Amino acid sequence: MAEPGSDVVVVGAGIIGAACAFFGARAGLSITVLDRGSVGGGTTSRCEGNILVSDKGPGPELDLALASRSLWLDLAAEHGAERYELEEKGGLVVATSEAGLSSLRSFAAGQGTGGVIAEPVASERLRDHEPNLAAGLPGGAFYPQDMQVQPVLAAASLLAAARDLGARVVTGEEVTGALRGADGRITAVRTARTTYPTAAVVNAAGTWGAVVGERLGGTVPVLPRRGFILVTEPLPRVVRHKVYSADYVDNVASGDAGLETSAVVEGTRGGTVLIGASRERVGFDETLSVEVLRRLAAQAVRLFPFLAQVRLMRSYRGFRPYCPDHLPVIGSDRRVPGLLHACGHEGAGIGLAPATGRLVADLLTGAPPQLDPAAFDPMRFVLEDA
Amino acid sequence: MTEQSFTFDGRPVAFRSGQSLGAALTAAGVRSWRTTRADGRPRGLFCGIGVCFDCLLVVDGRPNERACLQPAAAGMQVESQEGTGHGHLEV
Repeated sequence: MAEPGSDVVVVGAGIIGAACAFFGARAGLSITVLDRGSVGGGTTSRCEGNILVSDKGPGPELDLALASRSLWLDLAAEHGAERYELEEKGGLVVATSEAGLSSLRSFAAGQGTGGVIAEPVASERLRDHEPNLAAGLPGGAFYPQDMQVQPVLAAASLLAAARDLGARVVTGEEVTGALRGADGRITAVRTARTTYPTAAVVNAAGTWGAVVGERLGGTVPVLPRRGFILVTEPLPRVVRHKVYSADYVDNVASGDAGLETSAVVEGTRGGTVLIGASRERVGFDETLSVEVLRRLAAQAVRLFPFLAQVRLMRSYRGFRPYCPDHLPVIGSDRRVPGLLHACGHEGAGIGLAPATGRLVADLLTGAPPQLDPAAFDPMRFVLEDA
Repeated sequence: MTEQSFTFDGRPVAFRSGQSLGAALTAAGVRSWRTTRADGRPRGLFCGIGVCFDCLLVVDGRPNERACLQPAAAGMQVESQEGTGHGHLEV
């Protein structure tokens, strides 16, 4: 027996699926969201909820990030910042060597041409921004546009807003394949339990986008990139901004499969301080690595010496959806009419979600996209025959 | 068996060897020893197995010890805790 039909099935109830559902529903489409697990149960619940421009140089990802940032502010204005726990906290990037400072300065100068506000901070002014920071660091840059949301709350709130517009959300429903008509177009999505008739499917399965894409007939090269985060005991406000060391930007941009770590420290509304960030490509291996935890803790203490006196409550880990060229996969899959992808946002999915959702909605309705989607075309990985 | 004790907010509390601070306090009729950070609500043992971090108190000057995991020891100075126990770090 089939379920009621809809214009679009969105596979994945993480932040990207939630944004696609919301902007799709707002554009007048009937939407069904399916997730094999729960709302925000994948990478959305394993991250820090960052909306960053500070770690991006000029290019299509920065354009997407800036568009997305302003949409996050619109969403907060429309639904209330509390619905997302949106905080315009700003980011402070700190160099840990003179060489690091000069490359940060030139990186920041380039960012300015792309629309990023970066204010140089001299060594002796760093502690005006962050009084608990270690003494004697060479300098840094303050990025007032960086923000944070509570990511699972944000996904749930976007889905609630989508439901208010008529969308349906079904959790515990794993997609196993697609039904296609004689012309090859998708006509329905199959799950282990039933089928959902639909004219279009959006693969918003994040790190699992390759598997879901393959089941729907068009895979994409999304790979897991593991990261650990340490969580301290609840503290008063001890860190005002997102604070990270300048080598983080190089780590993010690297394609190395081996372990890379850089200090990333920030507070949360609940009082805990989150400490990252590690990157390594080890498949979906969830094994706890004491070595990674040790490195993260040591690097954080070098930035914030008081952390040595603070207890860790727990750690968590997750898998970023990594694409070989570090750009998300957003757009139509020309191998399978009716299939679109919206995945592979690596560590930036929270920040990039609203603009991704709006772009997908534009592609679905045929409205002129408000942003050039060419750089995110899923077909860039496929050698297309004439 | 000789009676052993620690102090809780200055008054003696008896315990048996191997008992946690949380167990000894509860046996002595003390049900709460921490206030919540936002609203000042009373808290004591909740999960009792080290997971929930609800039963925090100050042991010999160290804040945020879990009463359910910390074995009682003779002469320990245990105090109730208000807030995070790290107020001096606030910026």
